[in-house]
Amino acid sequence: MLNRLLDRMNRPAWFIFPYWFLFAVFIVVPVVAAIGLSFTFFNSIQTPTFIGITNYIELITLDTVFMRYVLPNTLRFAFIVGPVGYALSFMVAWMLSHLPKRPRTILAIIFYSPSLTAGVAMAAMWRIIFSGDAQGYLNAIMLDLGLIVEPIQFLQNPDMLMTIMIVVSLWSSIGVGFLAMLAGILNVDRTLYEAAYIDGIKNWFQEIIYVTIPAMKPQMIFGAVMAVVGTFQAGAIGVALSGTNPTPNYAGQLIVNHIEDFGFIRYMMGYAASISVILLLMVYAISKVTWKFLGEKD
Amino acid sequence: MASKFLGTQINPDRFHKGQLPFFIILISFSVLMILPILFIINHAFKPQSELFAYPPAFFVQNPTLDNFIELARLVSTSGVPFSRYVLNSVFITGVGVGLAILFTALSAYGLAKLHFKGKKLLFEINTISLMFVPIAVQIPRYIVVAQSGMIDTYFAHIFPLITMPVAMFLIKQFIDQIPNDFIEAARIDGASEMQIFFKVIMPMIAPAVATVGILAFQLIWNDTSTSTLFINDESLRTLAFFLQTLTSGVGNTIAGQGMAAAASLLMFIPNLVLFVILQSQVMSTMAHSGLK
Repeated sequence: MLNRLLDRMNRPAWFIFPYWFLFAVFIVVPVVAAIGLSFTFFNSIQTPTFIGITNYIELITLDTVFMRYVLPNTLRFAFIVGPVGYALSFMVAWMLSHLPKRPRTILAIIFYSPSLTAGVAMAAMWRIIFSGDAQGYLNAIMLDLGLIVEPIQFLQNPDMLMTIMIVVSLWSSIGVGFLAMLAGILNVDRTLYEAAYIDGIKNWFQEIIYVTIPAMKPQMIFGAVMAVVGTFQAGAIGVALSGTNPTPNYAGQLIVNHIEDFGFIRYMMGYAASISVILLLMVYAISKVTWKFLGEKD
Repeated sequence: MASKFLGTQINPDRFHKGQLPFFIILISFSVLMILPILFIINHAFKPQSELFAYPPAFFVQNPTLDNFIELARLVSTSGVPFSRYVLNSVFITGVGVGLAILFTALSAYGLAKLHFKGKKLLFEINTISLMFVPIAVQIPRYIVVAQSGMIDTYFAHIFPLITMPVAMFLIKQFIDQIPNDFIEAARIDGASEMQIFFKVIMPMIAPAVATVGILAFQLIWNDTSTSTLFINDESLRTLAFFLQTLTSGVGNTIAGQGMAAAASLLMFIPNLVLFVILQSQVMSTMAHSGLK
C-alpha cells in the first residue's frame, strides 16, 4: 500500500511542497506582513489604517529611547559579541586542529556545550551568580578576596548590565559556526601547506593568512553569517538577566526588546512592525557586508 | 626545513611535544568555559542547608536529589502537574524533529538532484533566509498562527519552528556530493523517485540527517516562544516554558535556586547527550557547510 503510494509520487512537487509551504507561511508571509503593517497604525483590535511612512519618521525623529539607548546598545552589543565571538571560535578551532583526535573531540564538546544550554534556563543561573547581595557568588568571592567592600548590584546597575550581557553572550557564542570552521581547517589539503612552505612562508601566522583561511573560505563565510544571526537573535538576554522590560535605565535594551515593548506591552503593532523591518534590514546588510568582505580576499 | 613545516601538524595522529602549548591554552580556557556548567551541576544537588550557607560554596558537600524531587512534586498555579509539561515537550520535540528531517531532506533532495524550473531561485531564497531572524517578526507570526486557527494546538508548537533554512542548506550541500550514478542506477532498476529518496539517498545522508536532527532538537526542546505567544491553555505548554516561569518566579528566592538549577540541568542534559553521541556525524556534515 505505502509502496504503491510512493510509486506514484514522482513529481518534484512532492519533494518541494512540504518545506516550501511552511517556508511561505512562517517566513515569507510574516516578513511581508511586517513590511505591510509598518506603514499602518494598528492597535491589534481595530483594523490597521494606512499612515504612510509616519512610523519610520517617528522612529527616527521622535523615539528618543530608540535613538539614545536602543540603537547604540544594539550596535555596541553586536559589534563586540559578533566579531569577538567569531574570532574566538576560529582561534579555538585552529588550536584544536593541532591536537590528536581523542583530546580534540573531548575539548570540542566542552567548548561547544555552552551553546547547548537554553538561554532562558541559563539566565536563572547567571542571576544567582551575579546576584546583587552578599549571597551572590561573584559578590561573595570578591568580598572574600577583599576586592570590594560592599556587594555590587550587578544586574540592576546600568553601567554593569551591558558588560555582563556581552560576557554571557560571548560565553555561549562558540556554536555551529565553530563546528563548521573546525571541520574546514581539518579538511584543508596538506599539499597546499607543503607548496606554501616551498614558496617561502615562514611562520604560523603567515600560514593562517595565506593558506588556511583562503582554503576554508566557504566555512569562514558560513561561520560569519551564523555569528551575525546568532548575535542579533541573542537580544533577549538583557531582559532575562535584569528581569524587567524595559531594562534599568534602558541599559540593556536591544532592538528585539524594543519590538516586544511596543508590540506586546503597548500594543502599537504597526510601530513595532516598522522596528522589525529595520532589524531585518540591519541583519541582512551586516551579513552581506561581512560576506562580501570575506569573499573578496582572493 | 622539516621541523619548521607546520602544515602537517594539523590533524596529527599522535601526541608530541609541539602540541603542549595548545594543550595548555585550550585546557585552561576550557576550564573557564565549563565553570558555569559545573556550577549548575553542583547547585542542583545541594541540600537546602548548603543553598543558604554563607559564604556560599561552589562545590556541593552532601549531594542530594531533594531539588529534583521537589521539582517533580511541584504543580503549577493552574494545577498542571510537572509530568504533563515533560510529556508535552517529549511529544512536540519528537514529532517536530521527525517532520523537520523529513520535510527538509525531501526539499534538499529535490533542489540537489531533481530537474525543474526555479530550483536555483529557491536555493538562493533559502540562502538569503539563513540571515533571517525569527524573533524580529514575532508579531506577524502571531497573526498568521491566530488567523489559521492554530492557537492552543500542538501544531502551533511544531510548524513555526521546523522550517530551518540552515538545515535545508546543510542537507542540500551534503546531497550535492553524492554522484548521480547511484541515482541513475536505481532509476534503471525501475525505482520511483520516492523509493530512490528513501532507499538510496536517506541511508547515504545519515550524517547530515543526524546533524539536522540535533539542530532541530535544540531549537524545539529549548524553545519558550511558542508557549508564550501561541498557547493560552496551561496544559499544552512545554517544559522549557514551565522552567522559565519557575526560574523567573521562585528562582529569585534562595530556596527556589536549587530547583531552578535542577530544572536547568534537566534542559541541558538531553542536548549534551545527543551531541556527544552524534558529534562525529556532525563534524562530517560540517565539512560541506561552506558558503561561497
